[in-house]
Amino acid sequence: MDRANAPCLSGGPALVVEHLTKRFGERVAVEDLSFSVAAGEVFGFLGPNGAGKTTTVRMLATLIAPTSGSALVAGLPLEPGHGVEIRQRIAVMPENPGLYLRLTVAENLEFFAGLYGLPSPQARIGQALEAVNLGGRAGDTCGSLSKGLRQRVALARTLLSDPAIVFLDEPTSGLDPVATREVHGLIEELRGHGVTVFLTTHRLEEAEQLCDRVAILNTTLRTLGRPDELRDRLFAKTLVVRTAAPLRSPEQVFAVPGVESWRVDQRTGYVLTVADTRTAAPEVTRALVAAGADVLSLAEERHSLEDVYLELVDDDVEATR
Amino acid sequence: MSPQRVAAVVRKEVRDFRRNRFVVWTMAVLPVVFLITPMVTLFRIPASASGPEVRSAVGAISLLLLIVPIVIPPVIAAYSVVGERDQGTLEPVLTAPLRPSELLLGKAIAAFLPSIAISYAVYFIVAISIRLGAAHVVSAVVWHAPQLLAQILFTPLLALWAIWVGIGISTRASDVRVAQQLATLAGLQLLGFTSLLSFQLITPSVPLAIGLALALLAADVVAWRVVSQLFDPERLIAGSRTPANAVRSRRTRTARTRA
Repeated sequence: MDRANAPCLSGGPALVVEHLTKRFGERVAVEDLSFSVAAGEVFGFLGPNGAGKTTTVRMLATLIAPTSGSALVAGLPLEPGHGVEIRQRIAVMPENPGLYLRLTVAENLEFFAGLYGLPSPQARIGQALEAVNLGGRAGDTCGSLSKGLRQRVALARTLLSDPAIVFLDEPTSGLDPVATREVHGLIEELRGHGVTVFLTTHRLEEAEQLCDRVAILNTTLRTLGRPDELRDRLFAKTLVVRTAAPLRSPEQVFAVPGVESWRVDQRTGYVLTVADTRTAAPEVTRALVAAGADVLSLAEERHSLEDVYLELVDDDVEATR
Repeated sequence: MSPQRVAAVVRKEVRDFRRNRFVVWTMAVLPVVFLITPMVTLFRIPASASGPEVRSAVGAISLLLLIVPIVIPPVIAAYSVVGERDQGTLEPVLTAPLRPSELLLGKAIAAFLPSIAISYAVYFIVAISIRLGAAHVVSAVVWHAPQLLAQILFTPLLALWAIWVGIGISTRASDVRVAQQLATLAGLQLLGFTSLLSFQLITPSVPLAIGLALALLAADVVAWRVVSQLFDPERLIAGSRTPANAVRSRRTRTARTRA
């Protein structure tokens, strides 16, 4: 795919959001949201139900107006006067594919090709369908397709206009593992073509696998960074030591440089909090060998993005109790 | 205003209607109902019938024929916005580079084309049948030039008005059926106007027909603008009203576009 919209970003960030707030009457959906997304980045947007993810996407897609704050979308200020221009440069795939079920796959795409004013629509439709492996289904009515195939048609629709930014709202929701893997492949392909992807998802492993950076939202922005950064920020670095028998004097064994503290975990063995796993692990290994311990394993404890998410979101749940 | 985007909406709408059984059946059955009654009534008038008697019967039939462009469009128009919202297709459409006025104009044209084709077809089938088979006194009244002109001019204009009323209701209704019922009821307000003409309480004349047609045309353009203003994506998608500042911004944009 050649990206007609790429020059519109001219090297600047794809998205700049500053103090964006949305209220529906008394209810605050999103509050004081600020972040930026670089061009070509795959940006994960995570949060529990009702956190304001979809509201944020709708604001950035000019569907709903923010109550306050500002944003720059694909190089254009988020103002009513720029709505059509912004929408020309972006594509949104809502959680519900939103296809005309009585029309064929090709007719659905023809409609959107007409709305985007594409010069040679049939060629673009063919390319978009090939990209989602639906080249042979152009004549099928959308009502006859499975949920996974409909999701792929919706993805083809977002690819039609060579957008600079693609907003994907739960793109793998309800898909089987094979279809999910295909969608992931497509997202990787978009990244390869320099398209900025704004991905909202509940699937934390998906975000961890695909996203350069993730933001965790729960009405307000709770945290933002690369998945490994977030882990380091929230969790101390730990080594887990398993031995065949309990150590006689663990306080002496673990009194080595780099180990800040330790505790016994009935399930895993000894859990050591360290400053840096790379320097502490050899020291601990030497100390264990010197103490004559039968070591079964010594490994760095890896916290997943899910741990980060649960830590942050659980805090919010606790706070609201 | 992009004609290409409007044309894309029209093409999609027409394709969708053609495969919507409810719309196809309604469009097929209603004209038949409106054909039978006038034919039976007018063919039963004897050649010896008095002038007032004929005018009264023809007036009733003219009224009935002018109801066709009022009752058929709401079937489609009322579905246009709330129907899209119900099936989840409105959000993707609104994320495309399309102005609300273009979307609504495309939908109005798509509703207009079949409505006007059916209305004219019903009228001309009745009129030609009368000419060929009914008593001369009846034919003379039906084929009276101002009466014909009024029918030809008012049919599309009444249809357009009914369409804008239908779409306006569709932008605010919560359910397709409610929208269709309300739109049909709202369209019937025009019955008063058509009754005045049909029963010749306002004597039809060419200048009067043209004057009234121009007034209706102006009302249709105003209705398009008003309905475009009523169309609030935020309310339709998120179920809330656009904040006052956003509405002001949109009005400013409209003013800029006009300028």
